[in-house]
Order: sequence, then structure tokens, then C-alpha cells
Amino acid sequence: MAEAENPTSLESLLAAKEIAIFCGSGGVGKTTTAAAAAAMAAVKLGGKVLVLTVDPAKRLANALGLQGFGNVETRVPTSAFKAAGQPHPRGELWAAMLDTKQSWDNLVRRHAPDPATVARILENPLYQNISGRFVQSHEYIAMERLYELHSEGNFDLIVVDTPPTRNALDFIEAPERMAEFFSSRFLRLLIVPYRSRVVNLASRPFYQVADRILGSQFLQDIAEFFILFQTMYAGFVERSQAVARLLRDKRTTFVVVTTLEAAPVHEAEFFIDVLTTKKFHLDALVLNKVLPSYFNDEVASTRAAVLVDRAPELAAKVAGVIGAEPAQIERVLTEVGESFSNFGVVAQREAAQRAALSKSPAVVAAVPYFETDIYDLEGLLRLAERFWT
Amino acid sequence: MPPQDNLNLLDRKLVFVTGKGGVGKTSVTAALGLLAAERGKKTLLCEVDSKGNLSDFFETGPTHFEEREVQPNLWAMSMDTEASLKQYLTLQLKLGLMARIGPLARMFDFVATAAPGVKEIVTVGKLCWEVRERHYDLVVVDAAPTGHIVGQLAAPQAINGLIQVGPVRQQTGWMLEILGDPAMTGVAIVTTPEEMPVNETIELQGRIKAETNVALAAVIINRVLPELFGRGEEEVFEQLGDREVLDMLEGEVGGPVAPLLDGARMAVTLRRTRTEHLDRLRERIEPGIPLLYLPYLFARSHGLRSTRQLAEALSAELGF
Repeated sequence: MAEAENPTSLESLLAAKEIAIFCGSGGVGKTTTAAAAAAMAAVKLGGKVLVLTVDPAKRLANALGLQGFGNVETRVPTSAFKAAGQPHPRGELWAAMLDTKQSWDNLVRRHAPDPATVARILENPLYQNISGRFVQSHEYIAMERLYELHSEGNFDLIVVDTPPTRNALDFIEAPERMAEFFSSRFLRLLIVPYRSRVVNLASRPFYQVADRILGSQFLQDIAEFFILFQTMYAGFVERSQAVARLLRDKRTTFVVVTTLEAAPVHEAEFFIDVLTTKKFHLDALVLNKVLPSYFNDEVASTRAAVLVDRAPELAAKVAGVIGAEPAQIERVLTEVGESFSNFGVVAQREAAQRAALSKSPAVVAAVPYFETDIYDLEGLLRLAERFWT
Repeated sequence: MPPQDNLNLLDRKLVFVTGKGGVGKTSVTAALGLLAAERGKKTLLCEVDSKGNLSDFFETGPTHFEEREVQPNLWAMSMDTEASLKQYLTLQLKLGLMARIGPLARMFDFVATAAPGVKEIVTVGKLCWEVRERHYDLVVVDAAPTGHIVGQLAAPQAINGLIQVGPVRQQTGWMLEILGDPAMTGVAIVTTPEEMPVNETIELQGRIKAETNVALAAVIINRVLPELFGRGEEEVFEQLGDREVLDMLEGEVGGPVAPLLDGARMAVTLRRTRTEHLDRLRERIEPGIPLLYLPYLFARSHGLRSTRQLAEALSAELGF
């Protein structure tokens, strides 16, 4: 595929990339936007497009009308495209949801030296906790799974919906942090006594503190876990570094999604700043759920005020035409005018937020507020049309 | 366990406020705190997910681990797990010396990364401790979002399962007592009348019941849009779009009226779509769990003014 020098739209951007990572704070419509972009790419660009959602709330499944798809990539049936008014998409749309536990298990199977070690790791209580619940492990495993899917080479474009994280950029640092973690000095320190049963004098206070707080059984569990994990160390670290490299590769693009509410904008600015500083390829910003521009029209606001101020008099005139109760018409006119002014206040707040987003990537798309829900492929494509070109 | 009808949300000692990202969890937490404080309760607000915007709702500077008064009777802090651990070692285990050991921070960070639940237990532990010591009448927590709250609330059980002996294990007992008493502790889920937040609220209700011993105390529905038209008024509204009426109105107000009608139509459709989700929510939330409705605020900004408006709305919903 030819590389677009300066992408001018999401279409030209996604046509030139192999991975698109959608990030943004919770509730901005990231999952839906990512799914919409993937669906549109399948229709317009062709090839095999995969959307990978990593959100444990299984939201993408709802949005795509799929029930309970798991770690395995599933093709969205052509009948769904037909129903969405696109009987002949140029490509295929696939969807996959991240199953954190299963992905961890696969990782262990790949890197552990022998089946016995695999079994012992999978049975370790600490491992079960980490792979199942450990929040940060979602972030790492999402990127790890992305790497795996990419390296299998089955897809032309992989669109990733990122997990809702505490610090929404944790996932880009997760691979590096994992590598760091497994090469930590503390890790070595911690497992020494359980390996050799010899504790040197210098490190004794460390164990006393740890013992006192956590109990030695727990420490032993941790140690066993890490001794087992160390057998995978080399493969694991190498892998995390490869994952980290892929995220910085120029075939990978980042798309920041935000609404124009204060908190998400604040976070979007933070993302843009970090992604730019750390030299990731941030190429697009999607402003989602933006109110229609007519709310920003000052002349229209004045008319709305007139409608309210002169409601009784106007109602009498309207009554002459449509023959309804003047009092009722008056209420309706007042509501119309007041509602417009109300949303006008919000629209102005949004405009101010938009202006405050100073540093912007190459592509900026504003998507209007959809007053009805998006729950099927047709809705996704309708949404995508608003940010695609 | 559904809470008793006569038990008001603010009568509890510890309230965890959660919800899907973007529903206004922090602003509702702020409003709950403001309302409680105004009603004479010495209240502590604790921000757990350090996005650091709780203070925006009071227009004060950023909050820290050391709580400070942001409004009369209302105190705010942000959770810092390391500071919390130090406080715990000093005040509870009388191991102040240990808290000063240099590599403690790094060690804690390491153990917490390795052992799930450690950070959570230190967080929940600090909150329970404030309750046990009766420093405040009420502690309101801007807790983790729906995806992570169960891990936080269930941390004492998880730790109980992992750590067999030692002071940490001993500590989980009294925490479980505070968390498990529905008269003391409750979870409030904030949602908006939209599809995904409602889905997550329903899902979370089930998980709280199955995986934690904390009671669901309330579901707070935020950003409820006003109903524009009453009975028969919608027909009148539709007739305003008739060419003849439109021409007349445009002549009177001096320009296009269609955008005003479009705006109203959007508001009506938005409200209608949301009503479907509200109905689904009402159907699925267990009877006895209070549903509190807060209006969408057409506010210029989200500062103290809107916190106050939200607190007033909450006050009415709570029957004050």
C-alpha cells in the first residue's frame, strides 16, 4: 500500500497503516468510533480488517450485534453488511475481543521451557490472580495480543480499542514496564532466600520488613511464582521489547478520541502531549458527540430569545393558522426557545474547549451528536461517514 | 442485601461512588459531599483514581493525601497508596521506623505490582480506618470506575485468600466488618440514561452481589434531560414546521426559525432514546434500591456553581 505523506482524512490515514490504536478517556465513544472506523475501512478500503476490543464490558459485541465472541477472531457476516445497505463491501470485517486470562495462558505456553513448568505456572495462585484480575495485566496483554495478531499476518488493518485504564496511556508503556519488572533488582532480591536459603546480612532487614507485613508464606508464593516465571524471562523480555517497538513503528498510528466536555478534553491534551513527546505516531483526533453547529449561531440565539419574549403574542398569531389552544402554543414556543438557549450555552462551552485544544494532529474530525443509539453495523457506518473523509 | 427503605444514602458512614467513565462520577461525588456537609455532617471526600479533577468542582487547588477543608465541614484528599502504607505502618503497627526505611517505596511498588490486591487493600484500608476512628461522620469515595471497582471492594477477601498470616491478614477482618455492614457502607452507581452506562450498571449490580460483601445503596441517574413537551404539545410543535406557520414566525422574529425547531427536535429525540434506557434500568435494578435522578445541567462550566446545583437536586431526590 502506498504511504500517504500527509494524511488529510481518516480514510487516507487508515489506507496507509496496518495498526490504528484508538485511545481516549472513558465514555467518549472510543469503542464505537474504533468499530465504525474498522467497518468503514472494510467497506471502502478493502482487505481484511480486524477490530480488536480489549474492554472487559463486552461493548463491542453489542455494537456489532455479535453475541459473546471471544479471543478468537470472528468474521462479521456479509449478511450484516447487506442489512446495513452495503451488500458489496470491498473487504472483510473481523472482530475479536481480548480474553485476558486466555491470552496470558497462551503466553505462558509459548515461553515456558517444558510442559511441567507450564502446568506449575498455570496452577500458581498468584499467577491466577495476576492473569485474571490484575488491572495492569490487561494493558500489557492487550498490546501483546495486538503484536501476536499483527505478526500472524492475517489482517491488512488492525483497529484497536484500548482498555479503560487509570492512566489512559498506561498501555503504551506497559510492554516496557513489564520488561523492566521482570529484570528488577528487587525481584532477584526477593527470590534469593527461597532459592539458596542463604540470606546475606545486608539484605536481612528487607526480608524482615517484608515478612512482618505480608507473612512469609505469601512471600514464598511470590518467590515461587517468580522463580517459575524466570524460566520464561528471556523470551518474555524479548517479546515485550518487540511489542514496544511495534507501537512506535511507522505502520502504527494513534487516534485520540474525545468529547468536548472539560475532563475528557483535559485528558486528550495530556495524551496528545505524551504521544507527541514520546514520538509515537499520533495522526488523528476525533471530536465526538459535538452539538450541531447551529447552536453556536448568535443570530439564531437572538431569535430564540425573541421567541420566548414574544411567546404570548406569537402564539395568538400561530393559533390563527393552526387552530390550537393559544396557551398551549405559547408553552411550546417558550420551550423551543428556552431549549435552544440551553443547548446554546453547552455549545459555547464546547467551542471554548475546542479552541483550547491547541496542539492538534494532522487529521481532525468532528462527529456530531447522534441523538439515537448506535447498535448495529448500519449505525456504525453512518457514524463513520461523518469522520471518514 | 437491599438497604432498608428508611436508611438514607447519607446516613451511612462510607459511600463508594462508581460508574462508567464519563458519566459524571466525580461531580456527583462532589455534590454528595457538599450536601452532606451542608446538612451538618463532617465529611471527607476521597479521590481514589488520581485524575485530580475533584478539586475543580470546588475550585480549589489540587488535593493531596493530607486532607484539607475545601468547604465548611467538607474535607478532601486524594489517595496515595504509598503514603497510606506509611501511615498504616506508623499508626497501626507502630512501626514508624520501618516507614522511614529508604527502599520501602520501591519495595512496596514492586510487591504491589506483583501481588494483586495490595494497592487496593491499602486504599480500602485507609478509608475503613477513617470510618473506624470516627474522624468523620461520612466518607464519600470517588472510587474506581465500573470495570475496576469490584477488584477494589473485594480486595480484603482476595488478600485473605492469598495471605495466610501476618498483620495484613489480621487487618482484613475488621475491614470486612465495616464493608459488609449495609448500615455503614454502601455503593452508589452513577449512570447516565444511555445504553452502555446502563448496561454496565446492570452488570455491576450483579457483580457487586456475587463478588463482594458490600451493599448496593443507590443508583444515581445523572444528566436526565428535561421533557420539552407535555400532552398534545408535540402535535402543536410538529405544526410549527408547516410552511405557512414557519413563514409567519420567520417574518416576526426576523430570520430562519428552522434551526430552532431542529434544536428542539434533537432535544426531544435525545430524551426519547434515553427514556428507553431508563425503563430498562428501572426494570433491572432490584426493588428497594433507590433510584435518584439528577438533571442535565446546561451550565457554562463545571465549577462550584454546578456542584451546588447538583447538590440541590440530590437534596430533593433524597427527600430533604
